[in-house]
Amino acid sequence: MFVARSIAADHRDLIHDVSFDFHGRRMATCSSDQSVKVWDKSENGDWHCTASWKTHSGSVWRVTWAHPEFGQVLASCSFDRTAAVWEEIVGESNDKLRGQSHWVKRTTLVDSRTSVTDVKFAPKHMGLMLATCSADGVVRIYEAPDVMNLSQWSLQHEISCKLSCSCISWNPSSSRAHSPMIAVGSDDNSPNILAKVQIYEYNENTRKYAKAEALMTVTDPVHDIAFAPNLGRSFHILAVATKDVRIFTLKPLRKELTSSGGLTKFEIHIVAQFDNHNSQVWRVSWNITGTVLASSGDDGCVRLWKANYMDNWKCTGILKGNGSPVNGSSQQGIFNASLGSANTSFQNSLNGSFAGRHNCYL
Amino acid sequence: MEELDVEPALTLVPGVAPGRGRLHFQWGPGEMLVCEAAFPGAGNSAPLVLINCTRHGEKGPGCPYIHVLRKDQDIHLHTLRKLFNESHGIFVGLQRSDEELSGKSKKAQLVGVSKNYRSVIRACMEDMHQMAISTRDPALHNQYSTQVSILSAMELIWNLCEILFVEVAPAGHLLLHLLDWVRLHVCDVDNMVREVLSSENPSKHELFWNVVDIFVLQGRMEDARHLLSKEATANPTSKGMCKILDDLMKKMPVLGLGNTQTLTEMELKWQHWHEECQRYLQDGTFASNPHMESICKILLGDENAILEKKELMTTWYHFLVTHLLYSHPAVKPVELRFYAQSSLDQFLGGENSPEPLDTILMAAFEFEIHQVIKECSIALSNWWFVAHLTDLLDHCKLLQSHNLYFGSNMREFLLLEYASGLFSHHSLWQLGVDYFDHCSEYGRVYLELHIERIPLTTEQKALKVLRICEQRQMHEQVRSICKIMAMKALRNNRLGSALSWSIRAKDAAFATLISDRFLKDYCERGSFSDLDLIDNLGPSMLLSDRLTFLGKYREFHRLYGEKRFSEAAKLLLMLMTAHIAPCSFWMTLLTDALPLLEQKEVIFSAEQTYELMRCLEDLTAGKLDNQKLQDDDIETTKVEMLRLAFARNLARAIVKEGTLEGS
Repeated sequence: MFVARSIAADHRDLIHDVSFDFHGRRMATCSSDQSVKVWDKSENGDWHCTASWKTHSGSVWRVTWAHPEFGQVLASCSFDRTAAVWEEIVGESNDKLRGQSHWVKRTTLVDSRTSVTDVKFAPKHMGLMLATCSADGVVRIYEAPDVMNLSQWSLQHEISCKLSCSCISWNPSSSRAHSPMIAVGSDDNSPNILAKVQIYEYNENTRKYAKAEALMTVTDPVHDIAFAPNLGRSFHILAVATKDVRIFTLKPLRKELTSSGGLTKFEIHIVAQFDNHNSQVWRVSWNITGTVLASSGDDGCVRLWKANYMDNWKCTGILKGNGSPVNGSSQQGIFNASLGSANTSFQNSLNGSFAGRHNCYL
Repeated sequence: MEELDVEPALTLVPGVAPGRGRLHFQWGPGEMLVCEAAFPGAGNSAPLVLINCTRHGEKGPGCPYIHVLRKDQDIHLHTLRKLFNESHGIFVGLQRSDEELSGKSKKAQLVGVSKNYRSVIRACMEDMHQMAISTRDPALHNQYSTQVSILSAMELIWNLCEILFVEVAPAGHLLLHLLDWVRLHVCDVDNMVREVLSSENPSKHELFWNVVDIFVLQGRMEDARHLLSKEATANPTSKGMCKILDDLMKKMPVLGLGNTQTLTEMELKWQHWHEECQRYLQDGTFASNPHMESICKILLGDENAILEKKELMTTWYHFLVTHLLYSHPAVKPVELRFYAQSSLDQFLGGENSPEPLDTILMAAFEFEIHQVIKECSIALSNWWFVAHLTDLLDHCKLLQSHNLYFGSNMREFLLLEYASGLFSHHSLWQLGVDYFDHCSEYGRVYLELHIERIPLTTEQKALKVLRICEQRQMHEQVRSICKIMAMKALRNNRLGSALSWSIRAKDAAFATLISDRFLKDYCERGSFSDLDLIDNLGPSMLLSDRLTFLGKYREFHRLYGEKRFSEAAKLLLMLMTAHIAPCSFWMTLLTDALPLLEQKEVIFSAEQTYELMRCLEDLTAGKLDNQKLQDDDIETTKVEMLRLAFARNLARAIVKEGTLEGS
């Protein structure tokens, strides 16, 4: 990994989330300054802020993009107890000329009575749906029945998790063999031994989400959770950020072996557990093929994890701050500078053989 | 394969204080975002406190930077494009190669492929070298020179692997290949050779004997003898000595590639020659000339004498090959590992520890193919080399099934990594498609995941991506791409484009929606846009009822325009009676009937007119409850007008039909 560019985020306060759109051509940032910014990548690779607007009356925790099949749609959630859905308007106004885009609020989801801590769009095969979770321990699933009318969202399900929720993750599998599934993490830190990760599955018969599993071994506060892309596997992989990084596999047991009507039971294994961050882990997420997991923690590092052929997971990369100020006002094109530094290490090596290490973990 | 304990690669991100700030990140296709961030709940049980203390204050971390990180640096070097592009062709050719070839022809083919790969590396290296020379920018010069040395190391390793694993040269021939290998890659001394040879009087040049030594060490006997003859003419006192040494060099037995002599014959000759050299050395023939004496010792394979010429060999593997040439010319492949190890130890003499390149070459000499690949993937900054080499070796049937994660084999594992890297590039991704195609286990899923992330910036690009998906029957990706494009077009009010994309996506609901927009536009403006498209809908019209109606309704307008009135009338009526038209549109259709009713000749028959009347009554009856209709004066007038027109037409039709029947 190398830093290709650095962009001044220009938020007036701490950033809480950055989010790429599906194609990696746009990104959104949100901050305690209550605003969301949208950035577009130009043909030459530079990033420009094309919209910045006040979204909430509190810190904005998360911002996320809907699949482009539904247009240009963002959802945000905030400490102000709401989540909101935003749509970009294509106008013929002067905005376009100035390279600015215009976003309008399509709906405000006000059902939560406490801070909304996470918002995630469901996999696109389920239609335009989104889930929120909140500090009061409720996961809410909303649906826009008419994808052309984003101002109408109906609350489809309310799942009470009993514990303050911090994060949610949809299972991305579009296989017919897998029912819609959502994992919920809790950062409840009162001394108890309750499972902090719960998995809910949609039951076709009752048309309700019901708890399928709880990861009993995770009893410390959970800050983030992420299902891996499925790759056509029969089982699921779930990463959990708690006091360490954990990777679980969830293998559905055959239906006839499961007792309660229609609910899948899982064989759960922990396949990796790392405490390299030395303390709390805040984020986990998978690359698009689900072969590399990244995590960030209190040690100020982002660590990259990759599995080898024996299902052995190992750290293959670390991203770490160098502490030096980002120099210059224009931060585009750091590329050359970083190449230059690679050179010096190179010339030290005899025979001029090899440059930077490339981590392939076989 | 045992695990290599490699430290994880460290990437420094500017501006973020280590250990203090928390890094937030997000994966994108091919890139990753990293920035300093705060997480709700982090570091404090009450998130509120953390947020409040930084919300207004200036002591907050201020304005953080967002860093865009990339994984495969080399993929983005435009200078390596040629390497990626041309090797892609060789790769595809190899996959399609005739499986039925066997034995010698198969081997010849594989050696040919290997040589092609190497010539691509060489060509790339030469280009890069030229660029390094021609640039005036020192940073660029460094960058190019770096690439030259990486490419040259890759070619060196590849060539050795080719000799040992692909060519599988037997004893005797093995050494000849290794000699070629050394001659090709030890170019540090070339300048010296050129300088001496081009001087007016080579034998008087201070480096003269160095060059003779170089030739001897590389086994280039002809060249060495040529130089010796110059010394003999220039220096009559040593003429006799030169003659003897020349004779020894001439007599040195060599196993030619096309030679049919057996190894035993060769060994016998070798022994005789060796004894002869030994004799001259012992009787002090060369005692007066230390240069010639040392050459004679080298011919005898004296390790110390060879090692004294360390500077002229520059590398341990040159030393190895020279040593083998004069001590074990019929070395067998399996014996290589012992000689290689001892050569390395002797050459480095415990002063330097081996570099990555050394360990890779050593692993090759030890025939540890997996080790070679593994070490290469750690040392090299791209996947190109390991992916292509592994694929070639796999085609040589050298990689026994070595299961990796999810049961994929090593070849596939590396190809997947390489192709994934290609997909992070805005145009090289197209090469990646073919690599995924030749990964039987996960290639398809990887392609699906990667290709749907290709930014559909233009219609052209979308069509390109779409074609790739269609060729592979990737239905879901085809649908999704069309849907994204349809949505984009609709948002930009390009109805025609939106409609054709949703037809391609076979998205009935969306086609209905867009058809409605077309009809609405027609009602407002009285004309259709995108006539070409609607006129040529063909069978795709059946995708949705509304689209069928749109197509048929436009057909009605066309017939009317062509003055084919009775056909137009029939169609118009059918649209209502067969309930193809949505009820909301009936009034417009009935109004469209007016001009037909006003024609000189009778167009609607009596029966058809009854149908029209019934349609109107159905419509008004349906709307009776709706007070709006009655309140709306214009609407009422319209209905009245229609009724009148129908009645008049009915009268004319009856008269006409009656007259016709009567006649």
